[in-house]
Amino acid sequence: MPQLGETVTEGTVAQWLKRPGDAIEKYEAFVEVSTDKVNAEVPSPVAGIMRELIVKEGETVPTGAPIAVIDEAGSLAEPLPVPVAEPAAPAPAPAFAVADLVPVAVSGNGHASHNGTRVSPAVRRLAREHAIDLAVVRGTGANGRVTASDVIAAAGAPRTAAAPVHAAPMHAAPEPAPAPAVPNAPATLPELIPLTPARRLIAQRMVESKHTAPHAWTMVEVDVTNLWKWRTAAKDAFERETGTKLTLLPFFMHAVAESLRAYPLMNASFREDGIAVHRQIHLGIATAAGGNLVVPVVRDADRLSIRGLALAAGAIIDRARAGKLGVDDLTGGTFTVNNNGANGSVLSAPISCRSRRRAG
Amino acid sequence: MNAISTAITNVEAVRATLHDAMAADDRVLIIGEDVGARGNVFLITKGFLEEFGAQRVIDAPLAEASIVGVAVGMAMQGLRPIAEIQFADFIYPAFSQIVGEAAKTRYRSNGDYTCPLVIRTPYGGGVRGALSHSVSIEALFYHVPGLTILAPSTPRDIKGLLTTAIESDDPVLFLEHKKTYRSVRGEVPAGHFTIPIGKADIKKPGTQLTVVSYGYNVHQALDAAQQLEDENISVEVIDLRSIRPMDKTAILTSVRKTRKLLIIHEDNKFGGIGAEISAMVSEEALFDLDAPIRRLCGPDVPAMGYALPLEEAFMISTERMQHAMRDLARF
Repeated sequence: MPQLGETVTEGTVAQWLKRPGDAIEKYEAFVEVSTDKVNAEVPSPVAGIMRELIVKEGETVPTGAPIAVIDEAGSLAEPLPVPVAEPAAPAPAPAFAVADLVPVAVSGNGHASHNGTRVSPAVRRLAREHAIDLAVVRGTGANGRVTASDVIAAAGAPRTAAAPVHAAPMHAAPEPAPAPAVPNAPATLPELIPLTPARRLIAQRMVESKHTAPHAWTMVEVDVTNLWKWRTAAKDAFERETGTKLTLLPFFMHAVAESLRAYPLMNASFREDGIAVHRQIHLGIATAAGGNLVVPVVRDADRLSIRGLALAAGAIIDRARAGKLGVDDLTGGTFTVNNNGANGSVLSAPISCRSRRRAG
Repeated sequence: MNAISTAITNVEAVRATLHDAMAADDRVLIIGEDVGARGNVFLITKGFLEEFGAQRVIDAPLAEASIVGVAVGMAMQGLRPIAEIQFADFIYPAFSQIVGEAAKTRYRSNGDYTCPLVIRTPYGGGVRGALSHSVSIEALFYHVPGLTILAPSTPRDIKGLLTTAIESDDPVLFLEHKKTYRSVRGEVPAGHFTIPIGKADIKKPGTQLTVVSYGYNVHQALDAAQQLEDENISVEVIDLRSIRPMDKTAILTSVRKTRKLLIIHEDNKFGGIGAEISAMVSEEALFDLDAPIRRLCGPDVPAMGYALPLEEAFMISTERMQHAMRDLARF
């Protein structure tokens, strides 16, 4: 569709002057187009045979949209591979010049696709930020180019969608919400990382826990020099013999288990009908696995030796990292241990999950 | 000299500012060709020799290297010289003094010496000035660290920036587009005021594209933009005023808003100011651009011809600016 006036952005095919199969001479009028400003007969840029009429009489399309296919004389029966009115490479100026009177179509796509037109950096960025498919955006720029304003307008169109992600209450949604519809979006928006179900659940649990369970912490300094020396001396042999690393974790688990035996009230849960003092000691180990936090459980920790704790903890942590934990592995914990010192911290105040007491 | 604010022309603003500066500070002096007895070829310093004396209004021979070189020496010794290069086309012999001496004084002396020198010169074409009275020189100098390059185009901007330049402790190349001398008129506040170096001015706000320009072209761009308002095309026109240092922030803020940039300068295109602006905007705002950056500039030919058709082909017409703005808005 040629641009027949300076402010004209679309045109209507008033009447086809040539039908498929008709011969056309160069510069012979082949269609009559009407716009807001003018009715005009459009001359053919080539001599050849009319192959296909893409736009019906009475139909309105944007300037630059393909309207017909003409087989140029001398070519094989193939459509003209004419790109949709590309101006010369260095100049960005759109085609007011005579050269691109009729951008004839290439593909069979009748709609104003963005084949052959370029996508500016702003359009590309805005489309990504608003999750807009450019193929369905109507371009109002020169020769049907999709402009940044077009993308923003498309983003502002009503959508069926969940609430914007950043304001979502902590429902466990079945799948991540699509990008929010933000009318009149500013030019710079944050990058949006969709939530996995696991992340959403962890967040929900953490918020619930913080809101429902009082959190308190205290710190005790313990000189573990001798423990460290003992472990250092023993770890290589241990690893050779069992195939498992000997960390400080089993020692602390053992200390915790012994302490829970001595102070059963620390191995308890606050319930509406009373304080449930658990008879067994099942220790959960806070573990980072696959970007998520999981808490696999070592059962009857007080019945295991250091060696036994090391092997049990090692095995279950491996399974966690491999994503192979079963439901039994994740339930029944009465107390949780957490070693953030592996990340280099000196002190941390964790958030308990499901109102279990924690060790730091 | 009228001290009350009235509408005055650019050349009157230069004259008034120089006069006020000479009157306020004995260290300020003027040296150049024909500045004394003749009162300057545009009558800018008419009467100054009589008022301030031959020690402070110095007629120099046709020796630009000496005009600037002597002024550098004066500046380093504590005076505040304003060296005039009669037409920018004559500045080339002084290049060594400007770039090799004035620009480097502070750095080279580790701050022991500064060079509070103003070099002012009329530049630009459109007055049938031909090869020796039409050139634009900003691109030759804006590359040089240690130099400040100013090119205001309204009376108010001239007074504010020339005052700042004279009061600055470092060398300033002050460019006055001769075609605006008598054709641009505007209100100027009375009394002493300054405009900070390195700040552009949005002469016309707009939303669909940004035009960055300076000198005579600013006024043409404003005319073109005004006409395009009737076509519902909203153009923002930024007057750089300060070429070095350049107001990056103003340019980037505007481009991020409009997403389209048209740079207009009379000077030759290749290696002109537009090249630096383009590179800077591409580097820092690529993902805000909805169209390639466009430069509308003088042709890459050695000079502006004397024949009227040649001059008109060189100078950018308001019509060409309109076309360029319209094209870019429609892109």
